[in-house]
Amino acid sequence: MCIDCGCAPAEHHHHDAPKGKKITIEEDLLAKNNRLAQRNRALFQQHALLVLNLVSSPGSGKTTILETTLTDLQSELAFAVLEGDQQTSNDADRIAATGVPAHQINTGAGCHLDAHMVGHGVEHFDLDATDILMIENVGNLVCPASFDLGEDAKVAVLSVTEGEDKPLKYPQMFRASNLMLINKMDLLPFLRFDLEKCREYAKRVNPQIEIIELSCYSRDGLERWYDWLRSRLTKKKL
Amino acid sequence: MHELGITQSIVEIAERTAREQHAAKVLSVTVEVGSLSGVVPEALDFCFEACSNGTLLEGAQLLIERIAACARCLDCGREFPLDQLLACCPVCDSAACELLAGEELRIKEMEID
Ligand SMILES: Nc1nc2c(ncn2[C@@H]2O[C@H](COP(=O)(O)OP(=O)(O)OP(=O)(O)O)[C@@H](O)[C@H]2O)c(=O)[nH]1
Ligand SMILES: [Mg+2]
Ligand SMILES: [Zn+2]
Repeated sequence: MCIDCGCAPAEHHHHDAPKGKKITIEEDLLAKNNRLAQRNRALFQQHALLVLNLVSSPGSGKTTILETTLTDLQSELAFAVLEGDQQTSNDADRIAATGVPAHQINTGAGCHLDAHMVGHGVEHFDLDATDILMIENVGNLVCPASFDLGEDAKVAVLSVTEGEDKPLKYPQMFRASNLMLINKMDLLPFLRFDLEKCREYAKRVNPQIEIIELSCYSRDGLERWYDWLRSRLTKKKL
Repeated sequence: MHELGITQSIVEIAERTAREQHAAKVLSVTVEVGSLSGVVPEALDFCFEACSNGTLLEGAQLLIERIAACARCLDCGREFPLDQLLACCPVCDSAACELLAGEELRIKEMEID
């Protein structure tokens, strides 16, 4: 919208160009977030902490995957969980019920977590006593892709009810992710979800992406996900 | 709506620079937005007035320069425009292409008084 007269869109006409002194700036608008993300990364490195950023559209099963994982592995590994949602502490409450330290970040109108929120969020945890920090991002396949939090890897969760074409429709997110979890595999018999196409689309946007199919209900595939976690952690601790 | 946060960064950076220059007022700010940056220029425009109220940028013009995306084919070297992240070389159909422009999200310059 034109800020002088409220007309739309701004390109339609030009008001008299203001005559002032020109200053060149050339600063990246994400520079501040990137700087804070680097600071987080250095902190995580100091504590040899493996940090994963879980991204997906709303309802793909991120919190359920976390609940299942924490319940199965907390005797073996020390977790902490940051939960990002616009409103409510429902997800942090669900995680806390497993006995794992959890902290909720409410973004209000914000559509993604940023490095600043995460930097303060981890102040609630004893990082020396933690092996893996899980960050559940706001359910949104678009905006979180642009905001580095200082994580080691992004894990994109796609549930089979969303359709196999999502990697093509939201390429930025799948390109930024290291692992794709295809969740709710137990529902496959009831759907027309083309698993092979889904894998092919994801590889097309990101040839390096790893893919694991699983179901929190039937528990199929969970061991492969746990092995992936263990091997990433081992690499981190080297 | 992460355009709100991006707009706040525009105002923050411009205001800081204006103060360093002892400016009384910012007349205009120019930002470059790549077509694959994930940011909708109209939404920046929409947020700008609210974000600039009460700052040195109040009443300033937000000038948005859109940058079209282009890529280079790693196999045959051809440079070509693209309108989405996924593209194959129009000459040899190779999928091995590197992005040359399109992801910009930069505050470029401003005019002060
Ligand atoms: N059938 C089936 N349902 C699942 C599975 N995993 C999760 N769900 C269900 O999917 C719904 C959403 O799960 P959540 O874990 O809350 O999803 P989320 O991604 O955390 O959602 P937001 O945080 O709101 O974005 C719940 O009803 C879960 O019980 C699964 O493997 N199979
Ligand atoms: Mg959740
Ligand atoms: Zn080519």
